[in-house]
Amino acid sequence: MAVITEQTVPATKTKYSRAPKTAVGRQQERLGWILVFPSVLVVLLVALYPLYETVRLSFTNARLASAREVRNVGFENYQRILEDGLFWSSLQRTLTITVAAVSLEAVLGMIIALAIHSNFRGRGLVRTSMLVPWAIPTVVSSVLWGWMFHDNYGFINSLFYRLGLQDAGLRSWIENPATALGVVIAIDVWKTTPFMALLLLAGLQIIPSDVYEASTVDGASKWQQFWQMTLPLVRPALLVALIFRTMDTFRIFDLIFVLNAGATTTMSVAIYVQQELIQNGRLGYGSAGAVIIFFCIGLMVLGYSRLIRVEEG
Amino acid sequence: MARYLPNPVNNLMADAMHGRISRRDIMKKGTALGLSSALMGTILRAESVGAQGTPAAAMPAGYSIEVPAGLPDLTGTTLNVMLGADGPGAAFDQANCDIFAEATGATVNYLKGAESATDRLTFYQQTFASSSNAFDFAMIDVIWPGILATHAVDLSEAVANSGVTYFDRIMQNNTVDDVLTGIPWFTDAGLLYYRTDLLEKYGFAAAPATWQELTDMATEIVAGEAASNSSFTGFTFQGAAYEGLVCNGLEWQFSNGGGTIIEDDGSVSVNNPNTIAAFERAKGWVGTISPQAVTGYMEEDGRGVWQAGNAAFMRNWPYAYSLGAAADSVIAGNFDVTSLPMGDMEGSSNAATLGGWQAFVSKYSESQEAATAFALFVASPEVQKARAIERSGLPTIADLYTDADVLAANPFFERLLDTFQSGSVARPSTASQDLYGEVATEYARTLNEILNGTASEVGAAVEDLAGSLEDIMADL
Repeated sequence: MAVITEQTVPATKTKYSRAPKTAVGRQQERLGWILVFPSVLVVLLVALYPLYETVRLSFTNARLASAREVRNVGFENYQRILEDGLFWSSLQRTLTITVAAVSLEAVLGMIIALAIHSNFRGRGLVRTSMLVPWAIPTVVSSVLWGWMFHDNYGFINSLFYRLGLQDAGLRSWIENPATALGVVIAIDVWKTTPFMALLLLAGLQIIPSDVYEASTVDGASKWQQFWQMTLPLVRPALLVALIFRTMDTFRIFDLIFVLNAGATTTMSVAIYVQQELIQNGRLGYGSAGAVIIFFCIGLMVLGYSRLIRVEEG
Repeated sequence: MARYLPNPVNNLMADAMHGRISRRDIMKKGTALGLSSALMGTILRAESVGAQGTPAAAMPAGYSIEVPAGLPDLTGTTLNVMLGADGPGAAFDQANCDIFAEATGATVNYLKGAESATDRLTFYQQTFASSSNAFDFAMIDVIWPGILATHAVDLSEAVANSGVTYFDRIMQNNTVDDVLTGIPWFTDAGLLYYRTDLLEKYGFAAAPATWQELTDMATEIVAGEAASNSSFTGFTFQGAAYEGLVCNGLEWQFSNGGGTIIEDDGSVSVNNPNTIAAFERAKGWVGTISPQAVTGYMEEDGRGVWQAGNAAFMRNWPYAYSLGAAADSVIAGNFDVTSLPMGDMEGSSNAATLGGWQAFVSKYSESQEAATAFALFVASPEVQKARAIERSGLPTIADLYTDADVLAANPFFERLLDTFQSGSVARPSTASQDLYGEVATEYARTLNEILNGTASEVGAAVEDLAGSLEDIMADL
C-alpha cells in the first residue's frame, strides 16, 4: 500500500497542475471523468452524504421520532459533551484499550509472524488454523468469552481454581471494575492478533532472502539481523497494520456491547455515542459525539501518514 | 409441536391427547380442577383426536381462545400487526391473527418484532419518523406511552364502548394528555421467588416480609450452603445497567418510602434519605449475599443461577414461574413466589414495578378502525384468558384472577391480585414523556456504579443523579 502511494502521488500532482494541451489529451481526460463518475457518485452517496447529515444534525437538537420542533443550537451539543465527565472518562478508557491492545497485538503478531515465516512441517495448517479467532464474528467471540468468564458457570473460574490460583467461589471478571477493562483488552488481543500476524507475514515475505544470506556471511547474529534488517524492512507493513488496528480499536463497540453493554466501567466512546443516539434518542447530541470521534480518528490517520511519509523520505 | 406450560390443565390436555387417560377420568380430574364446560369440551375433543392416533397436530396454540362476540365484518381489509418476537410465544400470536382473520374476513399479517425491547422501540421510532404505515397495530411496552403518544390513535372511546374494565393503574399509565395510547393487554410485575426447601432447612417459617429479613435469611443460608456448594449465592436480581435495573431500583426505593424517582408533577424526588438508605442496603448485598457479578446480570443470568439450584432468593418477572416448575427443572416443587419485601423506614410498603404490554394502533395506519378492532380483540377477556392459560400472561382484567381455568393453570395468580392490580409502581415514563429513555439510562448507570463500587459515596452519587435528572427534565 505504501508503495502504491509513493508511485502515484507525484504522477497525479504533475498531471493536475496543468490542463492537457492537445485535443487527444482533453478527450482522454473527459473519458477519464466519465469512467470514474459512477464511483464518485457512489462515494458521494454512501460516504459523504451520511457524513454531511451527521455534521448537520450535530448542530441541532433533533430527537429520534419526536414531535418536538427541531432548531439550530449552534455549538451547544459540543459544549455539553465536552462538559460531560462520562464522555471524557470513556475517551480515556478507549485510548487505554487502544494503546494496550494494539501494542500487545503488534508484539504477539510479530512473534507469530516470525514463527510461521520459518520453514517447518505443517506450516500451511498452522497458518490456516491461526486465523480461526479472526474468522469468528466479534459478536460470537464476545458471547463465547462472556460465558468463559461467567462467574457461576465459567471455565476461567473453574480453571484457576483447579490450578490453585484462586479460592472456590464466585469471582467476577467482567463486572469487577478492577478487571473489566483487562478482560476487554484480552478478548480483543485474542481476536485480532492473527490479523496483525497475517499483515506482518506479508511484509516479511517480500524481504529478499539474499540480504539474510549476505549478513550471515558478514557474521551478523540472529538478534542483530532482526533489529537491523527485519524490523526496518517490515516497518511499512507494520505501520499499515498499526493504522488499521488503531482505527478499528478506537471505534471498539460490538465486543463491549455484547459483554456488558450499559456498564460505565467498560464504556468506550462508540458505546457512549450509541447510547445517546439510540437508547436516549438524542440525534443531535449523539451526532456531535460521532463527529468528535471522526476528528479523533482523522488526527490519528494524519499522524500515521506523516510517519509513513517520513519513512519514505 | 407447540410447547405447553406444565400446569394441571395442560398436563390433563397432554394426557388426553396421548390417550393416557380415559374420558371418565378426564371428567373427574377436570371437575376437581374446576374447569369450565367449554374447556372441558376442548379437552374431551383432544382425547377423541388423540384416540384416533393423530395427537399434537390437532391441538394448535390458541386452542383455548373463545371468539368474542360482536366482531365487525372486515372483508377486504389487510392488517399488518406487530406482535411478539419469534420464540415459544409466536405460535400463540399467530393463532390470535388466524382466529381474528377467520372471524372477520380480514387478512392479518403477523410481523415478528425484535426480542430486545430497546431494539423494538428504535424500530418503531424509525418507522414513525417517516410516517410509515408499515404496520397498523403494535404491542408497546408499559414505559412507552409517553414516548409514542404523538403517533397513537386515541383508544379511550373504543375501550369505553367495549364495556370491559381494565386495571385502573395501567389505564392511567397509558393515558397521555387524555389520549389512551394503548389498551392494557397483559401485565407484568416484579416478584420474589424463594426456595421453600431451604427456608425449611434453616428453620424459617415464612418468606421474608422486609428487605432486612431477606438479607438476614440469605446470609444464614449462604453461610450454611457454602461448604457443600461453592457456587451458591443468596439473592439474584437484575443488576446490569439497563432497563431491568431501573425496575429493581424503583422497587428498592419505593418500598422504603423513597418515591418514584420523578413524581407525577414532574419534580425530581430521587435524592432523599429513604432512597439513599435503600441503595446502601442493595450495595451491601453485592459480594455478600449476591455474587459480585450480579452487576452484570439480566433476567436470564439470574434465572440460570436460580434454576440450577444455586440461589436461595430471586427477584424476577412471573415468566420464571412456569420455567422453574417445568419437569426438567431441579428446583421444581421446591420454590414459591410472593410479593417483594418492604423496607423499614417511614412510608414503607410492598412494591412491584409495573411491566407489561399494551395494544397500540398507529395513526399512520390506513385501516385504523380495523386495527382498533384487532386491539380490542387481543385485549378482550376471552383472549386474555387464553393467554393466561397457555402463556402464563397476567391479565389486565380483575375478574380473570378469580377464573377457575386461569387459576388451575397459575395457582399463584390469586394471592398476587393485589400486587398486580394496585400494589405495582409505575416507572416515571409518563412524567418524563419522550425523555424517559434518558432518565432510565442515567438512573441505571448511577445505580450500577453504586452497586459495583465505582461510585463509592452513595449520597453523593444520588445527588449527582438528581442533578442530571433535573437537567433532563428541564429539556422537557
